[in-house]
Amino acid sequence: MITKRIIPCLDIRNGRVVKGTNFKGLSDVSSPVELARLYSDCGADELVFYDITASFEERKLFTDILKEVASEIFIPLTVGGGINTVDDFDRVLKCGADKVSVNSGAIKNPDLIGQAAQKYGNQCVVLSVDIKRVDGEFHVFAKGGREDTGLDAIEWIKDGVRRGAGEVVVNSIDTDGVKNGFDIELLKIVCDAVNVPVIASGGAGSVDHFIRLFKEIPDIDAGLAASVFHFGEIEINQLKAELRNNDIIVRL
Amino acid sequence: MIAIIDYGVGNLFSLTSSFKKIGVDVVATADKEVIKSADKLILPGVGAFADAIKKLRDNGLDRVIIDEAKKGKKIMGICLGMQLLFEKSYEYGEHDGLALLKGKVVPMENRIPANLKIPHIGWNALGFKRESEIFRYINDGDFVYFVHSFYADECDDSVIATSEYGAEITAAVQKENVYGCQFHPEKSGSVGLNILKAFCETE
Repeated sequence: MITKRIIPCLDIRNGRVVKGTNFKGLSDVSSPVELARLYSDCGADELVFYDITASFEERKLFTDILKEVASEIFIPLTVGGGINTVDDFDRVLKCGADKVSVNSGAIKNPDLIGQAAQKYGNQCVVLSVDIKRVDGEFHVFAKGGREDTGLDAIEWIKDGVRRGAGEVVVNSIDTDGVKNGFDIELLKIVCDAVNVPVIASGGAGSVDHFIRLFKEIPDIDAGLAASVFHFGEIEINQLKAELRNNDIIVRL
Repeated sequence: MIAIIDYGVGNLFSLTSSFKKIGVDVVATADKEVIKSADKLILPGVGAFADAIKKLRDNGLDRVIIDEAKKGKKIMGICLGMQLLFEKSYEYGEHDGLALLKGKVVPMENRIPANLKIPHIGWNALGFKRESEIFRYINDGDFVYFVHSFYADECDDSVIATSEYGAEITAAVQKENVYGCQFHPEKSGSVGLNILKAFCETE
């Protein structure tokens, strides 16, 4: 049977890995290639690379790093950040990415999801959504979590899957960086709403948080985190051993 | 030298890199002479069956592949590339394949419980069905990475490994010099690299 996946996320700026708390106050952590190799060796099931740069020069630096990672590490790679057109898909897929995640680009132009799915297949298109509670409703936020779009998150996710997204990353802004556990309430609602893999993001602070995630939401496919892995607070091989001890199917 | 057949379906960066990683001389090519002179062939592929087989035929590569395989050259199909080796596919219609292997490619839908997600995407365990040289460096139960919505059925005795996903799904096949992996060895970590290494070492 298919395993639950553990996915470290690497935010890349100026060729380095960074991670902030609640998306603010970024701090440099490590070399992307070194970190990717370490994670792969420790049993990470997949890697996500987010390009959080803006300029053209830095974008070139990012794809160079991506190529270097894809030449060395042979597990699935998802790339996100700055994906606004089908050409952007092409740019990163040529450098060794397997899946491409769209966020603000799809909010601006929802047709991007269908266009990319048609060209590269649904399995290639990951819809990443930053979600925050506003007056008791789940709203989609854009621009790295800074801008409330007013869109209803669950409706947006359903629409994205209808358009051809093959996977959904749910990033809860309310729990991100706080390390108090995943947003179980939100994730349950998303899992009930769609029939494609759902990846939980935002809030992982301990091994128990991952156990709780997979136990309380049997339909969730993967847990994604960044800083707890980057700073060694959770070691992926130990995390997976603990998951297996709790009867959660993982690749060891 | 290993030739990866490049017929414009998907990008071959990771696949080419994986052979370089294990120290094997590799080239991605659509050149028939290069394909004929290669020691072994890899037939990759992602996307739709009908598009892929059409592209092979439009380039006349189908004939070259069939001729080389019939002469005994070792060939490994990967993912959609494996599916192309069979007689028929029922992916959105009915399409003829290269017919190097007996069997047909059918949708997973209707074959697996409705609560399971399609595509079958992620890491799943291999269950060995028969011995094969390509498993020389790996173990029964090792995990490999899948992404697919269709699978090969009624493959006679060519199945060498299956995976469990609501039904027994054909994971790897071999009939004499013709090999296939439904999963992606180039995305399956050290297990995948070891399968490619063992394939390169077959004589």
